[in-house]
Amino acid sequence: MIYLDNAATSWPKPPEVLKAMTDVLEHAGGNPGRSGHRLSIAAARVVYDTREEIAQFFNISDPQRIIFTSNATHAINLVLRGILKPGDHVVISSIEHNAVMRPLRSLERQGIHLTIVPCAAHGTLDISKFERATGSTTKLIVMTHASNVTGTLLPITEIASIAHRAGALLLVDAAQTAGALPIDVPAMGIDLMAFTGHKELQGPPGIGGLVIADDVEVSQIEPLMRGGTGSRSESDEQPDDLPDKFESGTANLAGIAGLGAGLKWVKDRGVDEIRDHLKKLSQALLDGLSTLPQVRIYGTLDTERAVAIVSFTVAGKSVSEIGLRLDEEYGILSRVGLHCAPAAHKTIVSFPEGTVRLAPGVFTTLEDVQEAIQAIAKVIES
Amino acid sequence: MTQYGVVLFYTTSSVMQAEKLLKTEGCSIKLVPTPRQFSSDCGIALRFDWDCREKIKLVLDDAKIEFDAVYFLDKQ
Repeated sequence: MIYLDNAATSWPKPPEVLKAMTDVLEHAGGNPGRSGHRLSIAAARVVYDTREEIAQFFNISDPQRIIFTSNATHAINLVLRGILKPGDHVVISSIEHNAVMRPLRSLERQGIHLTIVPCAAHGTLDISKFERATGSTTKLIVMTHASNVTGTLLPITEIASIAHRAGALLLVDAAQTAGALPIDVPAMGIDLMAFTGHKELQGPPGIGGLVIADDVEVSQIEPLMRGGTGSRSESDEQPDDLPDKFESGTANLAGIAGLGAGLKWVKDRGVDEIRDHLKKLSQALLDGLSTLPQVRIYGTLDTERAVAIVSFTVAGKSVSEIGLRLDEEYGILSRVGLHCAPAAHKTIVSFPEGTVRLAPGVFTTLEDVQEAIQAIAKVIES
Repeated sequence: MTQYGVVLFYTTSSVMQAEKLLKTEGCSIKLVPTPRQFSSDCGIALRFDWDCREKIKLVLDDAKIEFDAVYFLDKQ
């Protein structure tokens, strides 16, 4: 079996991740921060250590500004629901995932104004168009760091300058990039960043987070949920202290431990080395696919300007048929369809059919890629 | 006989951050359930040797870790 669906979730997980998850439940299984006994304290240490590791990884100086959520979608909703008020203006690109589109469409009905700046058909963004769309009423710019359909990287640093000149904040959706390439949050000018643990950070599903840059005023963000935090229990009002303001309810301890181990694995291997490895794999995919007849590849076709995601269609063949045959006849696992991103597929002109998406991961080899190309060639022939 | 004090924090995450920093500073510390006489809070407090109190305040201030209060811990 060759797993080429790492953009949906990375697989397999490093053995260290599985071990960390069982270890924490076996040896540190208390409720972090809810009691003062040894198992509760041991659990709280695991949670804090992971928080600190993540802060260092994204170059945030205050670890309490790392907020654990269940996934990137949860972190995005936290920001959108927590900051935006009727009358606020939001600017986004036309290749955003439904994690961004759906909450914003819902908020639009409650009175926020949304401008969607179209990207080019290969997924790149015209910065001057974006600048013209941003004005004095703009409260927030939301942008994916990389398209989950084509892998195309968007110019975050330039967009951050536009946001800050307008007095707006920038929220980045780093679901596809956290762990896949170096991210320095302050250097890139990012104010808020949603990430997920289960993709290139090698953690399990069910854990993600929100990164709040050191200079962002937290009082402007309302919590998405309120409840028990283990702190200030004498009060029945939600505390303002970080991270408790945004972390009500019992934490996903096993998920956090797994994420911590996944991040450590990424750091040990080196995020630059991971980036190089994935670039080689996506280059091999692009080279192989471009020799096949009837194949159309979407995106920039430039591995420097994309993460390791390759989307394609074959003239005269449905994407679902290709996906099914690759799985059943050749054991090659891809993801076909719209990838929860109808706006992106409209932009690259693959709506409503969608594409076949191939996403190699850290454990994918060049041989795997060659085998996949041969299988795709056979599917096209017959 | 060793005399102890406790530091109370606003969040568990701050307690953990403080514990990690103070361990590397060579202070003798222990995390304990927050003594009931100081707070109705359900969380964890940091107990320390009373002689270490000035150093502990210095380390916490330097790291900008907010804390609620420092108390002398009478023997029960």
